[in-house]
Amino acid sequence: MINALLLVTLVATQDTAAGKQVYTKWCAGCHGDNGAGDGQGARHMIPPPRDFTGAIYQIRSTPSGQLPTDADLLRSIDEGLPGTAMPGWKTRLSDRQRRDVLAYIKTFSNFFADTTQRPQPIAFSSAPGGGSSAEALKVGRQFYDSIGCRKCHGDQGRGDGPSAPTLKDDAGHPIFAANLHENWRFNGGGTVEDIYHRLRTGLDGTPMPSFSDLLENKFLTDEQLWRVAQYVRSLSPRATPVVRDVIHAPLLTKSLPHSPDDSAWASVDVYWFPLVGQVIRKERWFAPAVTGVWVKAVHTADSIALRVVWDDRSQSPDTSWLGHLGRVLATLDTDDSSRAQPAPWPDQLAVQFPVAIPAGMERPYFLMGSPSAPVYQWRWSSNSRSSAVAGLARGIERFDPLGAGAGVPTQGVYDHGQWRVVFTRALASADTASQLPFRSGRAIPVAFFAWDGSNGEHGTRMAISTWYFLALDEPVPARVFISPVLAMVLTLGLGMLVVWRAQQKTSYRKGRQ
Amino acid sequence: MKGRIFSVVAGAFLLTVCSKGDRSAVQAAPPATEVSAAGGTISGKIKFTGTAPRNPTIDMSEEAACKAKYQTTPTEENVVAGPANALANVFVYVKSGVPAGQTFTAPTTPVVLDQNGCRYHPHVLGIMVGQPLEIQNSDPVLHNIKAIAKANRPFNVSQPGAGMKTTRTFSAAEVMVNLECNVHGWMHAYAGVRSDPFFAVSKQDGSFTIGGLPPGTYTIEAWHEKFGTQTATVTVAGTETKTQNFTFAAR
Repeated sequence: MINALLLVTLVATQDTAAGKQVYTKWCAGCHGDNGAGDGQGARHMIPPPRDFTGAIYQIRSTPSGQLPTDADLLRSIDEGLPGTAMPGWKTRLSDRQRRDVLAYIKTFSNFFADTTQRPQPIAFSSAPGGGSSAEALKVGRQFYDSIGCRKCHGDQGRGDGPSAPTLKDDAGHPIFAANLHENWRFNGGGTVEDIYHRLRTGLDGTPMPSFSDLLENKFLTDEQLWRVAQYVRSLSPRATPVVRDVIHAPLLTKSLPHSPDDSAWASVDVYWFPLVGQVIRKERWFAPAVTGVWVKAVHTADSIALRVVWDDRSQSPDTSWLGHLGRVLATLDTDDSSRAQPAPWPDQLAVQFPVAIPAGMERPYFLMGSPSAPVYQWRWSSNSRSSAVAGLARGIERFDPLGAGAGVPTQGVYDHGQWRVVFTRALASADTASQLPFRSGRAIPVAFFAWDGSNGEHGTRMAISTWYFLALDEPVPARVFISPVLAMVLTLGLGMLVVWRAQQKTSYRKGRQ
Repeated sequence: MKGRIFSVVAGAFLLTVCSKGDRSAVQAAPPATEVSAAGGTISGKIKFTGTAPRNPTIDMSEEAACKAKYQTTPTEENVVAGPANALANVFVYVKSGVPAGQTFTAPTTPVVLDQNGCRYHPHVLGIMVGQPLEIQNSDPVLHNIKAIAKANRPFNVSQPGAGMKTTRTFSAAEVMVNLECNVHGWMHAYAGVRSDPFFAVSKQDGSFTIGGLPPGTYTIEAWHEKFGTQTATVTVAGTETKTQNFTFAAR
């Protein structure tokens, strides 16, 4: 018995000692040497790294207020927390290392040593079938409204509800209500089951409460809560979007759609491009609010239209977000001289092309060109929605507008947490030295930049993409369609002729015998 | 039972609507914790010097059902003052002096925290470790109730409709546990959690009474959400009543 106890103790101490080594090497940079969430990287991220000393964890299988189970913690270590700076460690650390570091993390709080605090996982039910039927989604939507999801997540689920600008975590840091259209960024995973589990457990330490008490209070049934989860899941694409490098712009025979909600856009393929914080040049920006753009393009014989759609929970400038803006700036360290003072910055989007279609693989520097190799940009702002300023960027800090005549007409619509903007321009250009002439047959490099003013983004504080391509589809000549048919008819005809001749010969010989 | 709850709710509602000042928070204070009638008593009045800061007004335009419960624009309850600079909502408790090892049974009577008119009633409460905290929603709107604590486990539960009830308990003494609603950023309440029954919340006239104290010398602390804390040392013997006043400086 004593031997067994000794062994258990020994194993436990070995675990935490080895775990400390792993922790110091891989975790302390963000979570801090003492687990207080105050490592060197901490003040460059929103949400900030977990403070282990309070033992308050978002992703659990246990009721609100309880500790997580070891399996819960291991899951967060293994998979990471999507939508945050926390990566998954499953492929980076061994099984043993991950279990050791788990044991060590638990030593930062006395709660784990308290035997009265043993976590008891909720016995979750399984998803009722028919979750994607219109009837189920209707029920889900009904309860989405009645249990108040929209208060923070918004009417259309883009994290733009009336309470969204006031949200803070337990430490007073600004926190976003999740954009429910991006399930691949849900902290606890994006499946229907994950969503249902988060509804039951809540995300402790954040404003997201547990809805388990609703079942006890008979406010709704378990099946209805599942319908909410299924409805929320239905807001995101079936599969996580993947990047396709080349935007194909089909040729329209009808007139160019100038409005973002023109029905002509419905049949055009959409392309998704992720955006990341601009962390290359000062001032760096580690907490971009715009996480990606959805792009469609079409052209006619003489003009091009580019439709860029992105989710942004605030229509900036919006005074109701000023408090949030102040909290963002106070939370994040700047790496430069002065901390920016909150100001009513607008939302912005820039589309970038080279000045001329490059002949080879060489392209200008993706981050807004350089003094010797400028790039051609369209800069749109929520302060002036009907036209974008065209100009040459010669590096991140220098943008020279090309004058009013070069402006690009736009139509911008803000709708429930989403911007939809259409840029239109003639294919040809009067000033071929600085304004790219668009033509078919060659891939045209294109890149995107976005600013959410209410998140403190302006100047170099923005979200960026790398170079992608735009290809204007050429009209397909009639011979492309006719030649294969002609070839098939000819082949068939010749084949039949051969068979017929062969049959003729056979019957002739048979006749002779 | 139903009738009692109804009258409490209706009372809180009427007081909210009718009272000129912010009386409701104090009136709906939890029932006095039962302690033995014998023993000493510490009572006093709490005042402040200077000018009380104005409580920010609350924009309830997003919540018509709450807004309708007020005739004038409601305000937050950061500083609730009575006549002659009396200070309400001060949590007064015995910080030290209770003999170590002495345990007290928590009452089974719950402390009720009501969400009514998108404000908490009471705004400041005292509760014993293990005593039920009954959280109820008298508003037909979504409230979430988040407890931010260090010595206790936090929690965050939702009540999307009127009539909903949730009961929670605290497992460790903590001054104070912050309670807040994230849907309505202005909603804050404070719970003083103690492992003994020697605490009180000052009323509208600034008065408080802590009774049933065994003879001894105690450190008394008075806590106010804006004005900070003050302490005093008081010795009581037999069944005497000692007076201990506190004066905060407004800031």
